[in-house]
Amino acid sequence: MSRELFKFKGGVHPPEHKAESNTRPVHAAPLPKKLVIPLRQHIGNPAKPVVEVGDRVLKGQLIGAADGYISAAVHASSSGIVSAIGPAVVPHVSGLPDECITLSTDGLDEWIVHAPLDYRAMEPSDLRMRLRDLGIAGLGGAVFPSAVKLDPGATHSCPTLILNGGECEPWITCDDVLMRTRADDILQGVAVMRHLLGSTEILIGIEDNKPEAIAAMQAAAQKMDYAIEVVAVPAIYPGGGAKQLIKTLTGREVPSGKLSTDIGIQVFNVGTAYALARAVHHGEPLISRLVTVTGHVLRPQNMEVLIGTPMHTLITLAGDRDGTTGVLMGGPMMGMPMPDLDVPVVKATNCILVKSRDLFPPLPAALPCIRCTRCADACPAELQPQELFRFAKTGDFGRAQEYHLFDCIECGCCSYVCPSHIPLVDFYRYAKSEIWAREKEKRAADLARERHEFRQFRLEREKKEKAEKLAAKAQAKRAELAAAPATEGPAQTDADAKKALIAAALARAQAKKAEVAPKNVDHLPPEKQREIEEIEARRAKIRELARQPLETDEKKS
Amino acid sequence: MITAILVMVAIAVVTGLVLGWSAIRFKVEGNPLAEKIDAILPQTQCGQCGFPGCRPYAEAIAKGEADINQCPPGGEEGVKKLAELLGVEPKPLDETHGTPKPKSVAFIDEQTCIGCTLCIQACPVDAISGAAKQMHTIIAVECTGCELCLPPCPVDCITMVPIAEDLPHWKWKHPVVMLKQVSGEARA
Repeated sequence: MSRELFKFKGGVHPPEHKAESNTRPVHAAPLPKKLVIPLRQHIGNPAKPVVEVGDRVLKGQLIGAADGYISAAVHASSSGIVSAIGPAVVPHVSGLPDECITLSTDGLDEWIVHAPLDYRAMEPSDLRMRLRDLGIAGLGGAVFPSAVKLDPGATHSCPTLILNGGECEPWITCDDVLMRTRADDILQGVAVMRHLLGSTEILIGIEDNKPEAIAAMQAAAQKMDYAIEVVAVPAIYPGGGAKQLIKTLTGREVPSGKLSTDIGIQVFNVGTAYALARAVHHGEPLISRLVTVTGHVLRPQNMEVLIGTPMHTLITLAGDRDGTTGVLMGGPMMGMPMPDLDVPVVKATNCILVKSRDLFPPLPAALPCIRCTRCADACPAELQPQELFRFAKTGDFGRAQEYHLFDCIECGCCSYVCPSHIPLVDFYRYAKSEIWAREKEKRAADLARERHEFRQFRLEREKKEKAEKLAAKAQAKRAELAAAPATEGPAQTDADAKKALIAAALARAQAKKAEVAPKNVDHLPPEKQREIEEIEARRAKIRELARQPLETDEKKS
Repeated sequence: MITAILVMVAIAVVTGLVLGWSAIRFKVEGNPLAEKIDAILPQTQCGQCGFPGCRPYAEAIAKGEADINQCPPGGEEGVKKLAELLGVEPKPLDETHGTPKPKSVAFIDEQTCIGCTLCIQACPVDAISGAAKQMHTIIAVECTGCELCLPPCPVDCITMVPIAEDLPHWKWKHPVVMLKQVSGEARA
């Protein structure tokens, strides 16, 4: 270990609890009867369904196409029939439903025809679009579409590529187990990343509490024909955060509001590298991942799980126990409570953590903030959590933004050390979502203003155009009339022109009236004409007769 | 004495010229205060304030002809922001102009619509598409929920649908912190 390591500020040392789950061998979870595959599993636009209810789909078949640049496709995790397309409960803290495709599996697990990609011969942009269509997204937690991250952009290269095997969050061991068992595949994925990004320096950061993973990765790295440095980094939470790992390995900091690519560094999770290797070397889309099932279960372990598998089947498989008080997706520091255990495993699901009263005793009631600033000491983003808390609580979001609320990575160190047990991160999440909602409202208001102003302008313009058209028409008519009688007499005044105009209009109207007179009595033979005259005479007589008694009646009254 | 007067006169003339020139050179078009007020208003263009749109209301506030609490879609928060901008005390919303309602968008029942275009003429943000004797429909993303299309409709086929909370619009709620009750003895 010749590399000089750096230390980021803050961080905490929560109990690791890794040994529970990382010793058991990895098994594939059995095929469930029903797979629920959400269309929004990644950051960006949700995928668009390309199948219909009743269709038979094969394993690995595209069922939701990527929609736009920042998006990723979703695929059938096994063969079967599409039984529903519509809202279903997804693993989200709100418990709200979202668009999903539900498959009834047929148990055959029949693969669609797939072939490896010759990535070296492919145009980089084509390869990226192919990866997007294979549904590759970051498996570290953020689920950002990898194709976007693999675009070096205008600089055409990203000198440093960091593979994140930190896995600092307690309880979770899926990356650890992946590195132990599939190190060679991971490095195949790294080769693709290197090819696309043009990186010259490749670092793999692994926390030093995973010696087996470090040994496996080092052994695999030796086989490659270019330098890959496997670096053991000190185990401290959140040392596996992208910005923290960059700081530890390179000593550089990502400036506030910037991306790591702005300083020439790109970070990927080891799981993403593995998925990339499967995609490129086997043509397989991202339809399964390693998931740690741990906590209050009989056999904590890692499983290879198909995307869309209901979480409760995995908990049953790991042996559920009495006294469960809830389930988190993710670890104890950043994990989200699941509203329902029917929710499916998605690309973001790295861990299913079953809670119990013994393992996770309920937090004591919160006390007021005493401004001890222990949170500021623990904050790895070097923020002032106590100030952010004050602003978020009182709704002073502008000040919260001035104090760089959006640099908060929601790691939970502040809540962990708070002696008053204040759920600080909940306040920051609340403040962030309020700010986003306001920005959205502001954009909507700006659009409405613009459209309203354009409407006013349009109405004004239409009025003007109408008036101009009328004026032009009148002018033309006048000029025409003025020109016609000019041959007769030169003494033409404006009033005369107007008079002539009226006369002409009258003549036109009369001509029109004459035109619409009934035509079926014109050009009749004389006998018909006589008949009509007789009828008319009779009619006149009857009319005369009818009027007389009426007049006499009137006289009487 | 005379020198002093001349100097003062000269200064006055020079200053006057500079001021006069800058009044022409740096003339601000429109009312910048009205702009700022308009930026706070929600732009629903609903006219509940009694003015034909947000901009005229903003101008009226800037001139001091209207109060700051006449905008129900802006809610209490809008009043607070206006009060902060204008340096006055915030006051409760004037109920005579209406009460805040949940955000909604208009919806046209296409079975009932006769295609009369009256709602299209009423919409302040051109968010209704359609033509005479053709079915009309609301462009939901552009609808401000002003309800101005409701009264002109001769067949009452437009309803206001509140925007349901879905995943992309979901917000974290203000955390409810269980504060520990300090016992009476401890306080005493």
